[in-house]
Amino acid sequence: MDDTWSFVTEQVIPGLNLGFWATVQLAVPSALLGLFTGIVVGVLRVYGPRPAQRLANGYVSFFRGTPLVVQLFCWYFGLPQICLFIESLGPVMGVLNALHLAWVPRLLVLSPMGAAILGFSLCSGAYHSEYVRGGLMSIRTGQIKAAQALGMSPMQTVLHVVLPQAVRRALPGCGNEIVYLIKYSSLASVVTVNELTGMARGIAKSTWRNTEVFFTVGVYYLLLVTLATFILGWVEDRLSLPGFERRRE
Amino acid sequence: MPDILTAIWEALPFMLSGAWVNAVLIVGAMLVGLMLGVPLAVGQVYGCKPVRRVVQIYVWAFRGVPILVQLYLFYFGILAWASSIPWLGWAHLESPFLAAVLVLGLTSAAYQSQIFRGAILSLPAGQFKAARALGMSDATAITTIILPQALRLSIPGWSNEYSILLKDSALAFSVGVMEVMARTRAVASTTHQPLPLSILAGIIFFALTWVGVKALLALEKKVRIPGYSH
Amino acid sequence: MNDSDIILKVEGLSKAFGNKPVLQDATFTQRRGTLKVLVGPSGGGKSTLLQCINYLIPPDQGRVWLDGRQINPKSRRELSAYRQEVGMIFQDFNLFDHLNALENVRIALLKVKGMAKAAATERAMAELARVGLAGKADLYPAQLSGGQKQRVSIARALAMDPKVLLLDEPTSALDPELIGEVLTVIKDLAQAGITMIMATHQISFSASLADEFLFMEKGRIVEHGSPAELLGKDCCSRTQAFCAKLSELAGDAGQ
Repeated sequence: MDDTWSFVTEQVIPGLNLGFWATVQLAVPSALLGLFTGIVVGVLRVYGPRPAQRLANGYVSFFRGTPLVVQLFCWYFGLPQICLFIESLGPVMGVLNALHLAWVPRLLVLSPMGAAILGFSLCSGAYHSEYVRGGLMSIRTGQIKAAQALGMSPMQTVLHVVLPQAVRRALPGCGNEIVYLIKYSSLASVVTVNELTGMARGIAKSTWRNTEVFFTVGVYYLLLVTLATFILGWVEDRLSLPGFERRRE
Repeated sequence: MPDILTAIWEALPFMLSGAWVNAVLIVGAMLVGLMLGVPLAVGQVYGCKPVRRVVQIYVWAFRGVPILVQLYLFYFGILAWASSIPWLGWAHLESPFLAAVLVLGLTSAAYQSQIFRGAILSLPAGQFKAARALGMSDATAITTIILPQALRLSIPGWSNEYSILLKDSALAFSVGVMEVMARTRAVASTTHQPLPLSILAGIIFFALTWVGVKALLALEKKVRIPGYSH
Repeated sequence: MNDSDIILKVEGLSKAFGNKPVLQDATFTQRRGTLKVLVGPSGGGKSTLLQCINYLIPPDQGRVWLDGRQINPKSRRELSAYRQEVGMIFQDFNLFDHLNALENVRIALLKVKGMAKAAATERAMAELARVGLAGKADLYPAQLSGGQKQRVSIARALAMDPKVLLLDEPTSALDPELIGEVLTVIKDLAQAGITMIMATHQISFSASLADEFLFMEKGRIVEHGSPAELLGKDCCSRTQAFCAKLSELAGDAGQ
C-alpha cells in the first residue's frame, strides 16, 4: 500500500501534471473555437439563406453521425495525403512556385496539437450549433415584433432581445458540451499528443503498473469534469431568471 | 486516382465485416447498460438515502471518466490483474472484447439510469398509489406498473444513447478489438491511403447510426399504447 | 374640421399574402384624442391593418401620414423614429421575457431614445404606477398574470410618449376575470385623451368610449360611423348584425 502511494505521488503525479497542462492547452482553445463555430453555424441554420442552411445541416449531421476518433484520424493522417496529391501535380506546383506559394499545400500537414484542436472544434461546433439553434428557435416572433414596434433597429433587437434570451436557453446544452469536450480531449493521445491520457500511457508502458496509473488519471478527469460542471452551473445560476430556470436533473 | 479506388475496393469487405464487430459491441453494451441501468434508476428513485448516494457516485464516476481511460484501466489494469489470479484462469478475462463491452456497458448504465429515472419521475404519482391501493407490494408495483410505462417513455432517450454508444464503440480499437476503426488503421498503414479509408469509415458509422435510429423509431411505434406520448 | 387636428392619415393600404388579399384599400383619417374601434369577424383584416400602419407588416401599397408628415418606410432611421411615436399593444403581450417589468418599460427609453438611466427609471416607474403596477416592478413576465402583463405592455408603449396607440385585441388572450383590469386602464387612457386605434370584440365597452367604429370584413373597411349610427336600434348595418351575433354567443360579449 505504502509502495503504491509513493509510486503514485513520486512517479505518476509529476508526469500527469505535465499532461494536465497539455490537456488545458488543448481543451481551452477547442472549447472557444467550438463555441464560435457553433454560434456561426447555429445562426446560419436559423437565419441563413436556404443553401447555407442546407450546407450547415449537412455539416452538423455528418460530424454528429461519425466518431470523433475517425475525424481526428482524417485530419491528422488524411489531410497530408491531399498535400502530397497537390504536390504531385506538376502544373499546379509550377504556378504556386511562380507565385512563391509552394509552401501553401504544406499547411495541410498539421501538428498533432493542431489536428486535435481542429478536430475538437469542428466536432463540438456541430453539437453547439444544435443548442444555439434551439435557443434561437425558442424566441417567439412576437418578441422581435415588439422590439420593432418600439423603434429598435435590427442590431438593437439582436443585441438586447434575441441574444440575452437565446444565450440563456442554449447555455445548459453548451455547458454540457464543454464538459464532454474535456473528456473527449483524451482522444488527442490517438494522434500522439502527450496530454493527460497520452502521458498516462507513457508512464504505464515504462512502469507496467497499469491499474494505478490509469486509476490516477481517471481521478484527474473526474476532478476536471466536476470542476467544470460546478463552474458552468454557477454561471447558469447567475444568469437564471424567472421563466428561464435551469432545468435541474 | 485508380489506386485509391482499388484500395477502397479491396478494403471494403474487410472494413464492412468490422461493422459487425461494432454492432455486437453496441448490442452487448446496451444490454449490460439496460440490466444495470434499470436497478440503478429504481434505486435512485425509490431507494433509501445510502442507496441513492451509491447510485449518484456510480453515475458521477462513470460519466466523468473518459471511455479511453476506462478502456486502458479495465484491459491493461483490472482485467489483466484478474486473469493472473489462478482460480480465475478458466474465464479468459484478458480479452479486449470483454473489456470493451464492460466499459461501454458500465458507462451506458450510468447514462441509461438517468434516462429511466427521468421517465419514472415523469409518470403521474397516481400510478403508484393506484397499484398500492390494489394491494400490490412495492416490488410488484414497480415491475408490473411503473417499469412497463417508464421503458416505453425511454425509447427516444435510448435512440440517443445508441448513437453515442456507436461512436464510442470506435474507441475499442485502442485495446485491439478489430472493429471498423482498428481495420481502418490497419489497412491505412499498409496501403498509405488514410484519407479515403477514414472517409469510408465515416460513411460506415454514419450508415450504422441511421439504421439504428430508424430501428428504434420502428420499435417505438410497435410498443406504442394509445394516448401515450412523451 | 381643422387640418392640424388630424394626427394620422392612412390611404389605400393593401396587403396580400401570396395571391390572397388580406387588406384592401384601407383609408381613413384620425383626429387627435379620438378612439377608433375596429370590429368585425376574425380574419377580417383588423390585425393586418394595425400592423401595416406601423409597418410591422410591410404593406404592398398605400401611404401613411403622421402629424402631416408622410412616412418613408425605406429609410430605417425614419421608420424607427415613426415607430417610437406609434405605440403598439399586442394580443399576446410580447413582453421581453428576460427583462422584469421595470426593465421592459425602460429598455426602449435607454436604448432607442438614449435617455439617462435615472431619468428612464423614473419615467418607467411613473408609467407602471399609472397602470397600477408600481409594486410589481421587479417581477419577470413569467411571474405576472396575463392582465398584469398586458398592463405592463401598455406602460411600455406609453413611456415612449406615442402620438397614437395601436391596440390589437388587447383582451382576447386573457381569462375572463382578468379582462376588467385591462379595460379599466384603456378607459382611463381614452378619458385622458390618448389617440387610439383598437381592434376588439368588446363591443359594448368600446361603444361607450369610441368616437368611430370601423367594421372590417374580408380585408375591407365595409362600414364606418359613430357607435350610435352603426349600432342604433333601427339601424340595419352589418356592424349591428355582427354585434348582435356576438352578444348572442357570449351572453353579452361586451360586459
